[in-house]
Amino acid sequence: MSTPYAKLPAWADYGLIPLINLIVAFAVAGLVVLLVGENPLRAAGIMLEGAFGSGRNIAYTLYYSTSFIFTGLAVAVAFHCGLFNIGGEGQAYIGGLGVGLVCLTFDSILPWWLTFPLAILGAAAVGAGWAFIPAYLQAKRGSHIVITTIMFNFIAASLMVYLLVGPLKPANSMAPQTRNFLEGGQLPKLNWLIELFGGTVRSSPFNLSFLLALLCAFLVWLLIWRTRLGYEIRTQGHSPKAARYAGIGETRIIIITMMISGALAGMMALNPVMGDQGRLQLDFVTGAGFVGIAAALMGRSHPAGIVPAAILFGMLYQGGAELAFEMPNISRDMIVIIQGLVILFAGALENMFRPAVQSLFASISPRSMGVAASRSGGA
Amino acid sequence: MDFFNTLIVVLDSTVRLSIPLLFACLAGLYSERAGVFDIGLEGKMLAAAFASAAVAAVTGSAWLALGAAVLISVFFALVHGFASITHRGNQIVSGVALNFIAAGTTVILGQAWFQQGGRTPSLGAEARFNAITLPFAEAARDIPVIGFVYYELLSGHSILVYVAFFMVFATWWILFRTRFGLRLRAVGENPAAVDTAGISVAWLRYRAVICTGILCGFAGTYLALAQNAGFVKDMTAGKGYIALAALIFAKWRPVPAMFACLLFGFLDALAIRLQGTPLPMVGRVPAQFFQALPYILTVILLAGFIGKAIPPRAGGVPYVKER
Repeated sequence: MSTPYAKLPAWADYGLIPLINLIVAFAVAGLVVLLVGENPLRAAGIMLEGAFGSGRNIAYTLYYSTSFIFTGLAVAVAFHCGLFNIGGEGQAYIGGLGVGLVCLTFDSILPWWLTFPLAILGAAAVGAGWAFIPAYLQAKRGSHIVITTIMFNFIAASLMVYLLVGPLKPANSMAPQTRNFLEGGQLPKLNWLIELFGGTVRSSPFNLSFLLALLCAFLVWLLIWRTRLGYEIRTQGHSPKAARYAGIGETRIIIITMMISGALAGMMALNPVMGDQGRLQLDFVTGAGFVGIAAALMGRSHPAGIVPAAILFGMLYQGGAELAFEMPNISRDMIVIIQGLVILFAGALENMFRPAVQSLFASISPRSMGVAASRSGGA
Repeated sequence: MDFFNTLIVVLDSTVRLSIPLLFACLAGLYSERAGVFDIGLEGKMLAAAFASAAVAAVTGSAWLALGAAVLISVFFALVHGFASITHRGNQIVSGVALNFIAAGTTVILGQAWFQQGGRTPSLGAEARFNAITLPFAEAARDIPVIGFVYYELLSGHSILVYVAFFMVFATWWILFRTRFGLRLRAVGENPAAVDTAGISVAWLRYRAVICTGILCGFAGTYLALAQNAGFVKDMTAGKGYIALAALIFAKWRPVPAMFACLLFGFLDALAIRLQGTPLPMVGRVPAQFFQALPYILTVILLAGFIGKAIPPRAGGVPYVKER
């Protein structure tokens, strides 16, 4: 894709412009708070306090962030290949099935540190499998991946409801969930990590999968920028024509990318299912798949951007929960609005403030912008 | 005879269920034919449904409510246009964003204004679009077959149902028989040629997304004021996406779009009808299967096993004027 805009210094491109977009998104969200009849500044204060006020709050914030790192990476990997994977929600939901089945089978025989790798494999395999069909249909039959992955979200939801009210439910129970996992199917908590820095955490769902998420972020960076496969993925994303000319198999690269993306989304299920709830239950994803889109856009599809973006959204989730207590007019749905605004301003309208920033830079140092600016506007 | 009566009743609910799809599908047709992908049909419908229910609850006038729904929906469409036409942003990202904004805002404002957990107050008959009985329907009811079909299937729908079917014809006429329609289709195939002819690509595309907004406003109003009596959280429940699928299935043509929407509506009606009843040979089918069936069928249709769908060539690509 050709960019009709002149180049800015890297720090402005990756720091300043996303920051401006983010500030505008929050300003508009503040207007909504004002419309509801509350004070946006007070709301922001409560959110910050709720997200970072104590060791326990920080632990919750990081617990939510863990899920968003996984889904954000999933969306980003697909973005690099020019694919838009909206199916993170469904892939994560189905990924829970992989985690659940592994835990239900092995939790009584194996210790957690042996179940964990198996559960990772299970989640990744099921998530990748769920992404495989849309990928295959895109690559072979040309059906639009955005539409098929949306459809697969709905199909995944129906399938999981069917399994959890039927085959996976223990016979003597009414609730639509599996039995509780034993010790061998539960991840150790990471509360000591926060206590190390002086916070006090009595109980929180913050668990080992956070470290796995960070590891995945590093591996994704390695994959995209330091391997041959990553180079092929980026080539396909930049110019499918050039990729074909270079002999990169389109079908192969689309399917592999989507399966990696699906595997990352599927691994998100480890965090709530194995790390917190200790059983498989309905709707444990709670929109994390969609937050991943916002995190990937804000982080500019780079792991170093996605991790902070995911922490920001973890903050909003945790702070938003506290906010709902303090201001009953503002429910958790406020997060959905903020998420939408971030996607709008950091994604679709990312170029809105670029011309203004460019002319600002040009007026400060005309020489550095001179060459680039004269080329601006060319297709 | 019993089978015939059941069939007519199922077809009758098919018509009711396919109307929101039909409005949304025709809405998407304008935008996508002009080269602007719109995945935000869902959000526009939801926002329109909320606006119409809220205005109807306050003023008690269904027509004012329709006007408000159209206004809000056009506003959302213009934001989409601003992002994807003026600022050349990614059209899919913009649509996704607007869907989230609509989903969140409707609940937050609904809770703040009406204090009923995000729903609007239940509307009385006077604030809704009610069923109208066509002339002689009561009298013709007892005539076997023809009279029953007339009474049960053709009569007794709200005015919006007839508007929807009229819009199928109107859309066909606008797209294929007017100068505006020719240019609109051209701008979706080859915007550079339209630009060379001295016609503004951006203005033409803006007009197309405004058409989309108007029709989505009708879709939302039908949901809130004709099919239901008020707004419920997330009441579109994926209908915008199904409409999009119907549009692709119809290969971006108005009359096939109508049949595609009727097909999806029929599946929905059948699912409601068959829930819990065992089928011959297969036995009892879980309810979740029927809920997933429209989506599964869409995927099969999209996979191109029934003809290949070729989108407008310039779809999804922002237009950059060469200098």
